[in-house]
Amino acid sequence: MAGPNSLYGPLDPAPDAGYVDAPPRMGFFTDTSVCIGCKACEVACKEWNLIPDDGFNLLGQSYDNTGGLTANSWRHVAFIEQPVADRGGSTDTPGAFAGLPVGPSVSAHTAVVAAGSGQDMGTDPGIPPAVDALAAAATIAPPRAEPQFLGMPGTDLPGRTPDAPRSDFRWLMMSNVCKHCTHAACLDVCPTGALFRTEFGTVVVQEDICNGCGYCIPACPYGVIDQRQDDGRAWKCTMCYDRIGDGMTPACAKACPTESIQYGELDELRARAQHRVEKLHEQGVDSARLYGESPDDGVGGDGAFFLLLDEPEVYGLPPDPIVTTRDLPDMYKRAGIAALAMAATVLASFLGRRG
Amino acid sequence: MRPREEAERPRDDSVSPPPAGRPGSGLARDEAPGGPVRDVARKGRRRGGGRGGDRSMVPPAEFRSYYGRPIVKAAVWHHDIAAYLFTGGLAAGSALLAAGGDATGRPALRRAGRVGALGAVLASTYFLVNDLGRPERFLHMLRVAKPTSPMSMGTWIFSAFGVTAGAAAVAEAAPLLPERGLLGVARKLLPPVGTAGQYGAAVFAPALATYTAVLLADTATPSWHAAYQELPFVFAGSALASGAGVGLLAAPAEQAGPARRMAVFGAAMELYGAHRVETTKGILSEPYTEGKAGKLLRAGRALTALGVAGAVLGRRSRVVSALSGLSLLTASLATRFGIFEGGLASARDPKYTVVPQRERLAQRAASNGSDGDAKTQQPG
Repeated sequence: MAGPNSLYGPLDPAPDAGYVDAPPRMGFFTDTSVCIGCKACEVACKEWNLIPDDGFNLLGQSYDNTGGLTANSWRHVAFIEQPVADRGGSTDTPGAFAGLPVGPSVSAHTAVVAAGSGQDMGTDPGIPPAVDALAAAATIAPPRAEPQFLGMPGTDLPGRTPDAPRSDFRWLMMSNVCKHCTHAACLDVCPTGALFRTEFGTVVVQEDICNGCGYCIPACPYGVIDQRQDDGRAWKCTMCYDRIGDGMTPACAKACPTESIQYGELDELRARAQHRVEKLHEQGVDSARLYGESPDDGVGGDGAFFLLLDEPEVYGLPPDPIVTTRDLPDMYKRAGIAALAMAATVLASFLGRRG
Repeated sequence: MRPREEAERPRDDSVSPPPAGRPGSGLARDEAPGGPVRDVARKGRRRGGGRGGDRSMVPPAEFRSYYGRPIVKAAVWHHDIAAYLFTGGLAAGSALLAAGGDATGRPALRRAGRVGALGAVLASTYFLVNDLGRPERFLHMLRVAKPTSPMSMGTWIFSAFGVTAGAAAVAEAAPLLPERGLLGVARKLLPPVGTAGQYGAAVFAPALATYTAVLLADTATPSWHAAYQELPFVFAGSALASGAGVGLLAAPAEQAGPARRMAVFGAAMELYGAHRVETTKGILSEPYTEGKAGKLLRAGRALTALGVAGAVLGRRSRVVSALSGLSLLTASLATRFGIFEGGLASARDPKYTVVPQRERLAQRAASNGSDGDAKTQQPG
C-alpha cells in the first residue's frame, strides 16, 4: 500500500498499488544494438491489438514513416543515420566513404516539406510538425547536383570478402514503446481511474472508463500516450495485458526476429542487460549504455528499458525524465499558500475604510 | 540547386552561418567539422529592444534531437481549457466579492458577485464537458477522488463550489416570487439558503482559483512544470482582479471601494508572479516571452495596469470604473491564454525538454564528480 516512496524513489509498484501476493514484475528489455529495423514489432502489435492505421505517410526521416509513439502506434522503430568516426565507434577506416553519397535516403527538400507539415496520424497530438523545419532539414545531407552511380549490389555473402572496408557511417535503430514507469505520471494524474496498475506492475488504460480528458498526455515525461481523434480516448501499449495474464509473450517480443525486444521478469532482464552492456564495452562499443533500467532514476525505473548506442535525445527520448508528481506535494503547498493569500486579500479589501 | 544553398538560407537568429547538416542525429546549426550534430538553442533571449539588442550574452545551449520532433506531447486541450482557466477564476473572484459585499452591507456587490459566479460556473461546466474526448462520460470524473490527480481534486472542488454558488445565485430571485402559497414559502426559505451557499462558495473559491495552477504544473510540459511555484499566485491574483472587474462593472461608485482594493492587490499578486515566471526560469521562461504567448501576456500586463489605474484614479466616475472593470476582465483572459499557450509552445520544441534536463545531469555530475551520462545516480 501507499508508502513514503509512493510518489518518488525506488519501489515495487504492484504491492504499492495494493496487490497482495503480486506476481513478479514483468518488463521489456529492448537491446537496440541488435535491432535490424524490420518493424515486425510494429506490425505484430497492430495485428494483435487491432490498432487502426496511422496514415500512410512519408516523413522524410530515413526509413521511419511512423514518426513516433501515438495512440495508433504502440511500438515505433526509430531510424538514425549518422557518421560515427568522431564518436569513437567501431570503424577501421574512418572516412572510407568520403565523397560517396552516404547521406540519408531523402533530399533536404523532402525533409523541409515533411518536417514543416503535420502528419495526420488520426491522433492528437500525434506527430506534430518540427518547430524548426529548416533546422530539421539540416539533418539531411544537402542535395546533390545530379544522380550518382552507387555501384552494384554485392553478390557475395556478407563478411566473405575479408578486406571490405568499414565505413564511418552507422545506422541506429530502436524500437520504442511505453516505459511502464515505476512512478507513472499518466496513471497518477488520471482523474477517472481509467489508467490502472496491473498485478504485473504495468500500466493499462481501461477503454470503457476513459472519458478523453487528455490529462495523461502532457503528463507523460516520454510523450508516449496519445488520443485517438475519432474515438476521443487515450491509448497506449498495454504490454499485451491480455496475453501475459495467460503466460504468453507480448506480440512485439514474440515477433522480434533478433531478440532485440526481450520480455520477462524485470529483475532477470536487468541482470541480462547489465551483462550485455559489459560485453559490448569489452568489445569496444564504448557508447553502449542502459536507459531506464535504474530504480534510482527520476521515474523509479522503467518497466520497459533500453540499451542505447548514443545519447537518449538522439532517439527522441528525454535525457533525464522525472515524474512530474514528485513535486505534487510541493505544488499543493504553494497553491495552499496562494489560496490563503487570496482569502487574506479579500479580507483586507473589505475590512478597509468604507468607500 | 547547388549543395550549399539549402543549408545557408539566412536564419534570423544565427550567430554564425549554419553549415550543412550531417545526417542522422538531430538538428545541425552549429556543427564543428566532423563533430557531432548539435543544435544551438540560444538561452536567455530577450524581447526586442532589450539590453544588447537581439543578441544574447549567454552562451548558446547545444542539444540534439530526433529529426527536430518534440519529445513530450503537448496537451490536447482546446481553447476550452484556457477559457475555463479564466471562467473558473472569475467564478472564484465573484463568489468572494459576493461574500464580502453581503457581510459588509453592499447589496450591489453581493448581487453582482452571486450572478457573476453562477454565470461563470455555467460557462465553466460547458467548457469542461465540451473539451472531453467523450463528453457523454463526464460523470466518470466523479468515479474516484484521487489526491494524486489535480483534475480529480479540481472536479470535486468545482462541484462543491458549483452547488453552493448556484444556491446563492438562485436566492437572488427570491424577491421576484409571490408572497403567498408554496412559492411564498420558497421566498422565505431562499435567502438563508442563499447566504449559506454564498459563504460555502467563498470557502471553496480560493481552492477553485488556485488548483488550476497545479493542474497545469503537474505535467511534463516544461514551462508549466518549471513555473509551479509561482503559477498559483498568478492565477489567484488574476482571479481576484477579474472578480474585482465584476464589482467595478456592476456596483455604483459608493459600493465599489472593496472591489478597487481587490483589483490593486490582485493585480500586484498577478504581475509579480508573472514577472517571476517570465524571468527566473532560464530557458523555460522563453516560451512565455515569445510568439503568441508573449503577445498575450504583454497585452494582459498592459490591460491590468490600465484597469488598476482606472479603478484607482477614476473612482468618482461610473463610466471609468466600468471600463476599468472590463479592462481587468480582459487582462485576466489574456493572461490565462498566454500561460496556456506558453506551455504548449514549450512542449512542441524539443529544446525545452532536452536542454534543462542536460543541465540537470551536468549539475548532478559536477556535484557527484562522475560521468553525467550515467543514469544510475540519484536525481537531485
